Amino acid sequence: MNDQLPENILELRGLKTHYPIRGGVFRRTVDSIKAVDGVDLSVRRGEVLGLVGESGCGKSTLGKSILRLALSTAGEIVFSSENGEVDLRQLTRAELFPYRRRLQIIFQDPHSSLNPAFTIFTAFDDVLKRYGYGDKEARRAVLGDLFEAVNMPRHYIDRYPHEFSGGQRQRIGIARALAVDPELIVCDEPVSALDASIQAQVLKLLQNLRQERNLTYIFITHDLSVTEYFCDRIAVMYLGKIVEIAKSEEIFGTTLHPYTQALISAIPVADLDRKSKRIVLEGDVPSPVSPPSGCAFHPRCRFATDICRQQTPKLQPSKDYPKDHLVACHRVEELGVLGHA
Amino acid sequence: MGTAQSEADVVVSVEGLRTYFYNDNRCNKAVDDVSFEIRSGKTLCVVGESGCGKSVTASSIMQLLPRLARIEEGSITFNAQSGALRIDKLDRNGRAMRNIRGGEIAMIFQDPMKSLNPVYTVGFQIAENLKYHTRLASRAIRELTIEMLGKMGIPLPEKRVDQYPHEFSGGMRQRAMIAMAMACNPRLLIADEPTTALDVTIQAQIFETMLKLKAEHGTAIMLITHDMGVVAELADEVAVMYMGKIVEGGTVEEVLRTPRHPYTKALLASIPVLGRGRNQQIEPIRGSTPDPYDRPVGCQFAPRCDYAGEKCAVMPDEEYVSFTHRVRCWKHQEVAPDE
Amino acid sequence: MNQHAPVRKSRLDRSFDRIRALEEAGALSSRVHNRSLRKFLSNPLASAGVIMFLIILLTAIFAPLIVPYDPLKIDLRALLQPPSAEHWLGTDKVGRDVFARILYGGRISIFIGLGSAVAAGVLGVAIGCISAYKRGWLDAVVLRVSEVFIAFPQIILVLLLVSILGQSLINLLLIFIATGWAPMYRMVRARVLSLREEEYVQALEAFGISTPVIAYKHILPNALGPVTVQITLSTAAFILAEAGLSFLGLGVPLQIPTWGNILNAANDMRILEQNWWIWLPVGLVISAFVLAVNFIGDGLRDSSDPTQQG
Repeated sequence: MNDQLPENILELRGLKTHYPIRGGVFRRTVDSIKAVDGVDLSVRRGEVLGLVGESGCGKSTLGKSILRLALSTAGEIVFSSENGEVDLRQLTRAELFPYRRRLQIIFQDPHSSLNPAFTIFTAFDDVLKRYGYGDKEARRAVLGDLFEAVNMPRHYIDRYPHEFSGGQRQRIGIARALAVDPELIVCDEPVSALDASIQAQVLKLLQNLRQERNLTYIFITHDLSVTEYFCDRIAVMYLGKIVEIAKSEEIFGTTLHPYTQALISAIPVADLDRKSKRIVLEGDVPSPVSPPSGCAFHPRCRFATDICRQQTPKLQPSKDYPKDHLVACHRVEELGVLGHA
Repeated sequence: MGTAQSEADVVVSVEGLRTYFYNDNRCNKAVDDVSFEIRSGKTLCVVGESGCGKSVTASSIMQLLPRLARIEEGSITFNAQSGALRIDKLDRNGRAMRNIRGGEIAMIFQDPMKSLNPVYTVGFQIAENLKYHTRLASRAIRELTIEMLGKMGIPLPEKRVDQYPHEFSGGMRQRAMIAMAMACNPRLLIADEPTTALDVTIQAQIFETMLKLKAEHGTAIMLITHDMGVVAELADEVAVMYMGKIVEGGTVEEVLRTPRHPYTKALLASIPVLGRGRNQQIEPIRGSTPDPYDRPVGCQFAPRCDYAGEKCAVMPDEEYVSFTHRVRCWKHQEVAPDE
Repeated sequence: MNQHAPVRKSRLDRSFDRIRALEEAGALSSRVHNRSLRKFLSNPLASAGVIMFLIILLTAIFAPLIVPYDPLKIDLRALLQPPSAEHWLGTDKVGRDVFARILYGGRISIFIGLGSAVAAGVLGVAIGCISAYKRGWLDAVVLRVSEVFIAFPQIILVLLLVSILGQSLINLLLIFIATGWAPMYRMVRARVLSLREEEYVQALEAFGISTPVIAYKHILPNALGPVTVQITLSTAAFILAEAGLSFLGLGVPLQIPTWGNILNAANDMRILEQNWWIWLPVGLVISAFVLAVNFIGDGLRDSSDPTQQG
């Protein structure tokens, strides 16, 4: 890896993505869904950053906002490269184009990620043309190489999506993202829709590709078992905000946020010796249209007090723990490490 | 299965069940010679990947198969209050089957968004089922409905009973479905991936509810899942399915601690387990599940199996390695040698 | 409680037995492609529709080889003659051969029906695809415009245009296109609205591929299925509309033979009562053609619907 490059490949500063809710005859904006509501996050070059949370916590929207597939409404998305720092939000479509090859995305649903109407090559040819991969033979060779990189036979590029299994489709999705030789890949639940025996294949493939190509991953998932195995650092999201972020071992070893603790304890573990006591959270995730005041987690939190209801906690390091273990909880110092036993 | 336990507990017993599908002028042997028993107060987890036939097995018991499917052979014996009943011999939509369905055998489905009718209130839908299966007066039905919703941990059941499904969140809808399923105090509850569409914290709530039911009412539960974690947490007995057959079955201890079938073993080795840290080894299973219309000859897992040999060109019979532990593999001695 | 169903084999059961026997003999193989085509052809109504459609279409195209008469030629020596060996379906009140007029009239009627349905389809698809993909104000405006077109009574539009521009074939086509594009547009729009959320579309966006390429090249082929069905069904509707309007004297100028214009002769009470050969055969042909096209449309819809049995 290049030593001259800044340590952080990507920095999000106060990123917000609010979807307008329109109502009335004139389709005016009456309210908004606060899918991502003020996220500060730095992604280090070469790491796997896990982004976990339940459905509706904004993790997918956050991933899509980084690639401008979802329109963020405030904040900065700063991407660092040899050309210095640039805020992707400020770029025009044309200015953004050179960065498209540096940031890519892998999707969740292997059934909707490939166009059923075309063969893989036909569907993908427009992309290869757009990035100037030479004549047809050259472009076919490029896609063939990519197929080999994801352990698929070259000649499969002329097949239709329905001829592939879920795991194969997911590998094609990975090959597609690799086509432009990206530096950062947002993996949006890449294994969630796959069968258990196929998940491991895809995870291993992603691991190998990262080593071979010096990739950085933002790995979005709801499956904490996978993040523990796969990610260097983990950020836990709840209702559009990050509540805790730390190294993988830290998150699981010295859990500081009550939500993280509940989330971990709720995971069914395929190990008879590790049956943990479940902490069953009352109620459901509140609506992101009108999140609760103060700490958004307080209505479901066992430890909530008045301050939690009134003030929004800041995501910050806590004095007894490593500097890069950030947590957004008012009571972190009193509560200390929350166990899972 | 084992004869050690008393036969009186057996709620449903499935013997040599074959259910085939006939789509597209092809015959898919979705369930192919499956046998198991479920006892009252016990949970049987049927675990397997998509297309292994686990849901079809459940639909066969409920006689809820699509039109282009048929039970070919085998027996499904349900020990109803009134005595043993051969479900496979009943008319799909006959009165006897309808009395059982939703009454003595209840089922909950994967997607709580689709299993409630959006135009009726939740309470109405639960009461509807009670009206059909019991002879209670309407006031008693309403009280029971409210009581059931309350038991399922739905806050303010008196108010919620008159609300429509869209006013319920996903987790609450699934709990309402369980309330509906449990209202008639069924002897068997079939849960087909009841939490797959839900978040883990909500899943935890549903599991608590199901465990409580099992303890209080002695309901037999057939839980269909793809998640080994769920198996470890909830199952008393496990049946691992692959391509229409139960490849391994037994108590949860037997199957998870000493898997005898290469598929079970490989499956357990391929999933990351929470708490084992960053450096745990996971080992993918090579290849992918075969096309059901283009099946391998003999043992269906052989092409992906590390232990496969010449013998595997013939489908092995089920073999009991203990009273409760059975396996369908020629090489199970190599997979887990006897102690 | 032994309420066992009697063992009796239904037709479905027998077909299951047959498939199972074949499957176990290893006689079946996966032919995934052409499933729709096979399903379409195995639908008896759809096949009958295709045959009927082709017969009417081909006889109309090869009319000069089938009948020796000119459909426009007036023969004052043979007025209102009943069917005979010479004039298979008789002659009308100016002595024109009715059979010839039906065949030649089919050319125009089918052209109007099919032509305006296809043109309306192309227009609706072109607008619907891009507006649904881009959303925003364009979509909102077009949607409102389409509602106006759908709400506006066709007959008043016809009266308006006929009184301004006069009767002509082109005017009729324009009217049909103007009233026909909106349903097609709405159908494509609805389809594209859901397709645009598919992940392959987002992947193309992530590569910075241009909007028209994504909309027309990548999304559109997946939205065409329901549109082809709609086009066939509209063809039938337009042929009926042409017949109706021509019967009222608002359609194609009377001297051009169309199915509607032939029927027009029957608004004379005497002819209706005494000269059945003038209106009955053409009425039957119109019904047969519309029925055929509808059968084809329904067959297409069923064959493209994976949830249907097959």
